[in-house]
Amino acid sequence: MSLDTASPRRWRRPPLIANPVLRWGLWLGLAVYLALALGTMEINWTRVAEGLPRGQRFLAAFFPPDFVSRADAILDGILESLWMTVISTVVGVALSVPFGLGAARNLAPRPVYYICRAVVAVSRTFPEIILAIFFVKFFGFGPFAGFVTLSVATVGFYAKLLAEDIEDMDAKQAEAVRATGAGWFQWLNYAVQPQVMPRMIGLALYRLDINFRESAVVGIVGAGGIGATLNTTFDRYEFDSAAAILLIIIGIVMLAEYSSGYIRKWVQ
Amino acid sequence: MPVRAAGDKRFWRLRDRTQQLTLWAGWFFGTLLVVTCWHFMSEKTIWFFVWDAPHQVGDIAGRMVPPRWDYLDVLWKPLWDTINIATLGTLMAIVIAVPIAFFAARNTTPSVLFVRPVALFIIVSSRSINSLIWALMLVTIIGPGVFAGVIAIGFRSIGFVAKLLYEAIEEIDRDQVEAITATGAGPAQVLAYGIVPQIMPTFAGVSVFRWDINIRESTVLGLVGAGGIGIQLNASINNLAWTQVSVILLAVLATVIVSEWVSAKVRHAII
Repeated sequence: MSLDTASPRRWRRPPLIANPVLRWGLWLGLAVYLALALGTMEINWTRVAEGLPRGQRFLAAFFPPDFVSRADAILDGILESLWMTVISTVVGVALSVPFGLGAARNLAPRPVYYICRAVVAVSRTFPEIILAIFFVKFFGFGPFAGFVTLSVATVGFYAKLLAEDIEDMDAKQAEAVRATGAGWFQWLNYAVQPQVMPRMIGLALYRLDINFRESAVVGIVGAGGIGATLNTTFDRYEFDSAAAILLIIIGIVMLAEYSSGYIRKWVQ
Repeated sequence: MPVRAAGDKRFWRLRDRTQQLTLWAGWFFGTLLVVTCWHFMSEKTIWFFVWDAPHQVGDIAGRMVPPRWDYLDVLWKPLWDTINIATLGTLMAIVIAVPIAFFAARNTTPSVLFVRPVALFIIVSSRSINSLIWALMLVTIIGPGVFAGVIAIGFRSIGFVAKLLYEAIEEIDRDQVEAITATGAGPAQVLAYGIVPQIMPTFAGVSVFRWDINIRESTVLGLVGAGGIGIQLNASINNLAWTQVSVILLAVLATVIVSEWVSAKVRHAII
C-alpha cells in the first residue's frame, strides 16, 4: 500500500459558530454595519493633518518629561488623588458589607434582597464621570465630590461580588457552625467570613487600584485629584508637564499592581 | 493550634500571640492612615456646601421632571455616534491587541528578553490611562469629534484585550500544541491549528465584554469633546436644561442595559 494516495475526504477546521446561516449572517451584518458607521462618521482630515505636528511635539515631550516647573501642582494633585483613593476604598468597602450581605440570596429575606440588589444595580449603571458631575453639583467643587463618587462606584462593584461570593460559599460549613448553636453574628463571623475573606481582600486591593485610576479622571469635571492638573496642562499645551503626570500615573498603577499581587499571594 | 492556658484549663483561640499582635498593629496603622486622609480631605472641603446637599438634591430632582421627551429627536444621531465610537474602537483595539498578546505571552513571544517587555509596557500604559484621558489628549492633538473618541476607546482597550488574551495563551493545553508539532507542522501552522482554536472562545468573550464596557465609557467621552451623547449631556448641564438632562440619562441607561443584555447573551452562547 503506497503512502501517497490522497484520501478522498478532506479535513476542514470546524468553525467557531457551527450554524452556517448565523455565521454568514453575522459577517454580512458586520459588513453592512461597518459601511454605515464609517459612512456617517464625520472626520475632518485637514484638522487631523494639522494636529500631526502637535502629536509629534507631544511624543517628543516624553523625552524628557518636565517634572520640575509644575512640581507643586503635580505633587498636590497626586497626593489628593492618593488620599481620595484610600478613603473612598475604605468607606466604599465598609458600606458594601451590609449591602453585599443583603444582596446575597441565601442570607437575606426576599424584600431586603430586592432592595439591596436595586441599590447595587443603580450604582453600577452610570459611568463614574456622570456620577461625579452630579456629586459636584450636590457637594460643591473639590475632593469631597470625588470621594462620594468613588465610594458609590465601589459599592456597586464590591457589594455585587461579595454577594455572589456568599451565594457560592460551601453550605456545609455554614450548617456545621449553625449546629453548634451559634447566633446570627457568630455564624457570620465563623462560617461566612472565613470562606469569603481571602477573595474579598484581593478584590479590595483590586478596587483600590481601580479607584486610583478613576481618581485621575474625576478631576476633569471638578471633583478633585490629579485630573484637574492634567486637564489644565492640556489646555495650556504644556505637553512636557502632561507627559510627566501621565508617567507618574502609569508608575503608580504599575507599583499598585505589583504590590497588590504580592499582598494577595501573602494573604491566600 | 493556638491555645491559651488559664490555670489548669486550656482555651482554644483563633490566633497565636504574634498573629494577634500583627493584626492589631495592622488595624492601628490602617486606621491612622484613613484618619489622616480624612483630615486632608476635610481641610479642602467647604462643609457648608456638603450640609446643603440634601436641599440641592431636592432642587435638581424637582427641575428634572417631567423629562422633555421631544428632545429625543435630537439625540438619535449622538446615540448612533456613541455606539459607533464603542464598536469601531473595540474593532481597532482587537486588530492591534492580537499581535501584542502573542508577543507578550511567554510561550509564543519571539524574544523573552526584548520583545516581551515592550509588549508588556504597551499593555500597562494602555491600561493605566483612562479612556477619558486618552480622549483629552487626542482632542488636543487631532481635534474634537468622533474620530478622537474612536481612537481613545481603541487605545484604552488594547491593554485590556491584550492582557486577558495573553494570559489565555499562556494557559493553553500543551499536549495539543505538541500533537500538532508532531505532525510536522511549521510554526505558523502550529499557531493556526494548535493555539488559535484553544483561545478562540476567550478571545470572543473578552472582545464582547470590552465592547460592553466601551459603550458605557463612550457615553462620557463627549465631556472633553470627543463625540457621542456626552456632548449633549455637557451642553444641557451647562445650560441648566435639567429636563433635557433627564432624557439623556434615560437614553444612556437604556443603551447600557441593552448592551449588557447583548453581551450577556453572546457570551452565554459562546461559553
